[in-house]
Amino acid sequence: MEFRLLSDIAEYCHTEGKDFAQAMLDYEMRNKNLTREQVYASLKQILLVMEESVEQGLTQQVVSPSGMLNNWAKQIYEHPLGALGPQLQKAIARAIAVGEVNACMGRIAAAPTAGSAGIMPAVLVTMMEEHRLSRERILDALLVSSAVGLIFARNSSFAGSEAGCMGETGSAAAMGAASITYLLGGNEEQILEAVGFALKGSMGLVCDPVAGLVEEPCTTRNAVGVANAFVSAQMALSGIKSLIPADEVIFATKEVGDLMSPRLKESAQGGLANTKTGREIQKRVFKQSD
Amino acid sequence: MSEPPSIFDILGPVMIGPSSSHTAGASRIGYVARQLLGDTPTRAVITLYNSFAKTHKGHGTDKALIGGILGFGPDDLRIRNSLELAKQESLVWEFKFSSGPNRYHSNTARIKLSGVGGGNVEIVGVSLGGGRIRIDEIEGFGVNFGGQSHTIVIIAEDIPGSIKNISAAIADTNNNIANMYVSRSERLANMVIEVDHPVEPRTINAIRTFPWVRFARLIAPMVEGSSRYDK
Ligand code: SF4
Repeated sequence: MEFRLLSDIAEYCHTEGKDFAQAMLDYEMRNKNLTREQVYASLKQILLVMEESVEQGLTQQVVSPSGMLNNWAKQIYEHPLGALGPQLQKAIARAIAVGEVNACMGRIAAAPTAGSAGIMPAVLVTMMEEHRLSRERILDALLVSSAVGLIFARNSSFAGSEAGCMGETGSAAAMGAASITYLLGGNEEQILEAVGFALKGSMGLVCDPVAGLVEEPCTTRNAVGVANAFVSAQMALSGIKSLIPADEVIFATKEVGDLMSPRLKESAQGGLANTKTGREIQKRVFKQSD
Repeated sequence: MSEPPSIFDILGPVMIGPSSSHTAGASRIGYVARQLLGDTPTRAVITLYNSFAKTHKGHGTDKALIGGILGFGPDDLRIRNSLELAKQESLVWEFKFSSGPNRYHSNTARIKLSGVGGGNVEIVGVSLGGGRIRIDEIEGFGVNFGGQSHTIVIIAEDIPGSIKNISAAIADTNNNIANMYVSRSERLANMVIEVDHPVEPRTINAIRTFPWVRFARLIAPMVEGSSRYDK
């Protein structure tokens, strides 16, 4: 069983009378010869790790070895001044929590990558809390997110060295947007619209990690990715249409990634990594580690 | 035709951060080296090439490699303290770095291990991203496998009938050969055999009793997310 495009999955849903989550369950069970219980057991393990990583970042001391990250998640979570409304404020704190845990060699679930590992947990934990959803529903949202990742990996790339940060925080935001839309009752078309919005919002995003470490700007970019996911889902659920269909947007990220200079793709030679301050931090970090 | 990817290539791996290539992949390479040694390691000489050489410390690549050599999976929190744990277990290690022109992929490690029992093994492994790895060399033989299946690695004198005898020993326990790679140099042959099911001890023992077999070791795939976080 093979899906080449997101629209293939939507079509499968229509002909089979299933939703996105069921389509992906069928896909995994058939291709890997697994039972429904086995697939859900693995999903549950991933969700547990995601929840744990959020919890750790919000409760434990997390200062990265380079010193670049320093307990930011807690600071945002507890800050009395809300620019965003409490839901989004907590959501972005959760994304940063996972980024900090990752940088401190904690345990995370890559979704789809380690650099973008904060976005899906932040989206899911926030949906669970704000909308009082059961874990079972959240596992279905994970299945939905995997559909987006699957097609993105096929037609573009998760590698910062190929698609820049579109491949990491961009694809994760699209996965998150699809999950939120699904959880709030969006139909197949709306899920695709949400993906389109999220990827358009991160089109052209370069990968420019300071000192080559998955810290700056990665961690705060995860927070922006969460906001992107909620914004995109809101637009899709309101019935707005992405004029460029999601599948074509994915192909565009591939084209833009190919056109992007190698200096802007994970090599830490351009963008933020190449700023005066970025270079100074790099020098300091490398001296430290010799 | 490659098979369609799993949804768990998208969701996961569960791993110790910060980098799937520089941390998770590195620990897997170390783990394969440990299994090929088949003994408690006492000494490790690790050469890092290219990107691994340049950015290893910031990503904990050294801790991940040593953790793997101690037998820790990529999701094992002990990786964080692996250097201290290695000292406690009297493992002596040395890192070398090579970023001059070379023929290696950007994230490559060469690991030479010596064991308590006096055995040695040397491998070259590459981290491909997303936690996936490829072993490129074992004891100087070119190989190409990912360590995700049950794998038997054999070095034997290159005599007629050797492959037939080894295949028979595997089939004897109703195991199936999924892939077999053979490479030759001088009068020796290297065989990497991926099989469908866990290899029974009597299979590997039977292979070791062939007088022309110099080296036979097993690699069991790492089980991720073992029951540690089952709540
Ligand atoms: S900037 Fe690069 S390393 Fe950081 S999250 Fe984005 S793609 Fe990953």
